[in-house]
Amino acid sequence: MESSLTELGWLTVPLAVLSGAIRVGTPFLFVSLGECLTERSGRINISLEGTLVMGAMTGYGTAYLTGSPWLGVLAAACAGALLGGMHSLLCSRPGVDHIAAGIALMLFATGIAFFFGKPLIQPRAPQLPDLPLGFWSDLNVVQANLRINPLFVIGVLVAPVMWWAFNNTRWGLYLRTVGDSAEAARALGLGVNGTRAMATMIGGFFAGIGGAFLSLSYPGIWNEGLSSGQGLMAVVLVIFARWHPVRCLWAALLFGGASALAPALQSVGISSGYHLITAAPYLLTLILMIVTSSPERSLRGAPAELALNRTD
Amino acid sequence: MTQPLPPHVEVAGLTKRFGSFTALDDVSIRFAPGCFHALLGENGAGKSTLVKCLMGYHQPDGGSVAVDGREIGIANPRTAHALGLGMVYQHFTLVPSMTVAENLYVGRDLLPQVIDWRSARAEIDAFMTRMPFRVPVDARAEELSAGEKQKVEILKQLFHGRRFLILDEPTSVLTPQEAEDMLGLLAGMAKTKALSVLLITHKMREVLAFADEVTVLRRGRQVTGGAVADFNAASLAESMVGATAFEATTKRDGARKGGEEVLEVVDLTADGDRGNRALAGVSLTVRAGEILGIAGVSGNGQRELVDVLCGQRHATGGVVAVDGEPYHARRGEMRDHRVGILPEEPMRNGCVRTMTVAENLGLHTFDRPPIARGGFWIDHHVLREKAKALIARFNIRTQGPDAPVTSLSGGNVQRLVLARELDRAPRLMIAANPCFGLDVAAVAAIHDELVAARNRGAAILLLSEDLDELLALSDRIAVMFGGRLVYETGIETADVGALGRHMAGDGAEAA
Ligand SMILES: Nc1ncnc2c1ncn2[C@@H]1O[C@H](COP(=O)(O)OP(=O)(O)OP(=O)(O)O)[C@@H](O)[C@H]1O
Ligand SMILES: [Mg+2]
Repeated sequence: MESSLTELGWLTVPLAVLSGAIRVGTPFLFVSLGECLTERSGRINISLEGTLVMGAMTGYGTAYLTGSPWLGVLAAACAGALLGGMHSLLCSRPGVDHIAAGIALMLFATGIAFFFGKPLIQPRAPQLPDLPLGFWSDLNVVQANLRINPLFVIGVLVAPVMWWAFNNTRWGLYLRTVGDSAEAARALGLGVNGTRAMATMIGGFFAGIGGAFLSLSYPGIWNEGLSSGQGLMAVVLVIFARWHPVRCLWAALLFGGASALAPALQSVGISSGYHLITAAPYLLTLILMIVTSSPERSLRGAPAELALNRTD
Repeated sequence: MTQPLPPHVEVAGLTKRFGSFTALDDVSIRFAPGCFHALLGENGAGKSTLVKCLMGYHQPDGGSVAVDGREIGIANPRTAHALGLGMVYQHFTLVPSMTVAENLYVGRDLLPQVIDWRSARAEIDAFMTRMPFRVPVDARAEELSAGEKQKVEILKQLFHGRRFLILDEPTSVLTPQEAEDMLGLLAGMAKTKALSVLLITHKMREVLAFADEVTVLRRGRQVTGGAVADFNAASLAESMVGATAFEATTKRDGARKGGEEVLEVVDLTADGDRGNRALAGVSLTVRAGEILGIAGVSGNGQRELVDVLCGQRHATGGVVAVDGEPYHARRGEMRDHRVGILPEEPMRNGCVRTMTVAENLGLHTFDRPPIARGGFWIDHHVLREKAKALIARFNIRTQGPDAPVTSLSGGNVQRLVLARELDRAPRLMIAANPCFGLDVAAVAAIHDELVAARNRGAAILLLSEDLDELLALSDRIAVMFGGRLVYETGIETADVGALGRHMAGDGAEAA
């Protein structure tokens, strides 16, 4: 850190914030994309926090056993999809509330992950290789800060593709129909529960990838404190992004950047108010939510079915 | 290109029960290709239930449906669509956040995996030029007025090339001219055997003018039917309700020009959902003991005016006063000034879907004695008893006060909201299309109630797209066009021609 200051001076701060935004933002990105997809079908899956932990554990374990971090990512994604499937199974029972089901499943998944993850705390699993996007510079600090995880690149590609799919594919239109008006969906002959189940599973798939990032990216360890509420924050993030995948990407970066602010400032020697600045992302969310909401209009883009007190 | 004939559809012995309640009892009808069949019956007679069974939305408990001679179990609307059956539901089934174009397209049976919007758009535009009415293709469905939504629903079915078209009260929110045009178009298509039409309506005029066959249901039973030529308005009405008098009997008792001003609106402006200026300076006064009718084609600001008056939308300028006091449509103000509101689409704007009939009837009174004991404890017994009284007085057809409000037929939802609002003995009543979807007897009953309220001294603001209704009830009629009141006349001098011209926006030249 000493050397970085001498090389770049104050420019270190924005650079560190950017790289932090990407690093911290990647799990946010995947969970919020998953949540966005699920909510667009008219259901909230609040258990994605559990999915994240489960994904981190499964990914790490699989990478350790097979020696391939990419197989780990795949296993984490599948575990996420499985949890999504369980969520929809619960929700398809008459009278089950999706929030309550989500909370139960979140606790369940976290518990299971901690249980099976106990033996994984010691061993070292192979990490996902970083992409050295700072190769053009000979400054160490630039190279170090621009080592980007490939999962982030994948996430950046998924966001616009998802948005495109919402508007231009059959599946996307059906998803939005179900999320916006179950009655209209029934009139079209669409299976509401089936479509929601599909969306919840794919949402879980993405959240699982987010989990794998937590344990398989630098520094590449598994422990029980890996996730600190990212899964829950994702629900807020999706609202802030107005259920728009590309805006989820910006929101995830904003969030990641805000979280990286305190460490970045500390690296140039500013440490007063460290803990206050750590709270920046949460303050940011609150402020943005208040500023952007309006009593005149309902939130633009909110899937109408989310608002209903559904029991079916 | 020779088109295949519409399917030959036959229902035999169709029966549908909801719990212990028989909504449809042994109904048999044949629909020949190219027929224009009208289905009549009072509110709750089972009309919607019958066609929902045909569409696979409900599964019948007995009887059969045959298409082109083959008995078929229609498990799902998709099966029905594949057979060429399409339906416009009584409650809108558009996806609110989607644009009209998306809504038109999403119902395709063979929607491609990836949609090429450019060619889809070209197809939609080409289709639109052949249609008798226009809708804004890029607007989201939630921004449309009820009339526009209804048009989109109909266009959607035609766009998908459905050959057996079921229309559940499609014209309630269209202007008479639009309704004529649309039904004329459909009747023409039926004549050339391009389409079969099954029309549910409460308007005798439409049945007599356009349909060639008719079936009348009463309390789930088929009471009569046959060629329309064998019936007249009186005989049809009689078989529907088993009585002959449905003229509104309460008459306006003398003009009450001298009543004090109850509602005063000055220069009211408000934005529409699209951020457009939906109300561009509306000023009006309604006095005690008079009915002010507002005529106009839907989408000219009527919805926004009602929204502002019932607190669902903020005004951007202007003043609203009730009894001389500023009024912001707060719950307390509505109670103190006894303001009753019957909004458009009452299921959406006036009911809580997840509550029962009794709870919905008690929305104004549940927090006051006698229902709320000591001001906080809700006495469900009293709530239910009050609901029972209203159900009886307003003749709401329901399985009881504890039935979910979603189980009510369309017309009965309307009655429920009206019952709740009139129960408050309103001093100011705001009604938007109060008779949307009501049968003849109910229309007469509601007209009676409104006129009686007026005679008791209530000020009534009546927005309606039905000129006949306005001419029958109002003391004064104003025309709304482009977010303004552009014309006003006393009932003595009201002239359909002049009103129509102003509704179409030709007032400036005419004047
Ligand atoms: N899902 C349901 N559950 C219970 N009862 C129902 C349900 N749907 C309809 N009913 C009852 O069945 C009866 C017939 O309803 P239906 O909607 O067919 O009437 P309708 O003839 O279309 O009347 P309207 O002219 O008012 O639309 C009504 O009494 C209604 O309360
Ligand atoms: Mg009906």
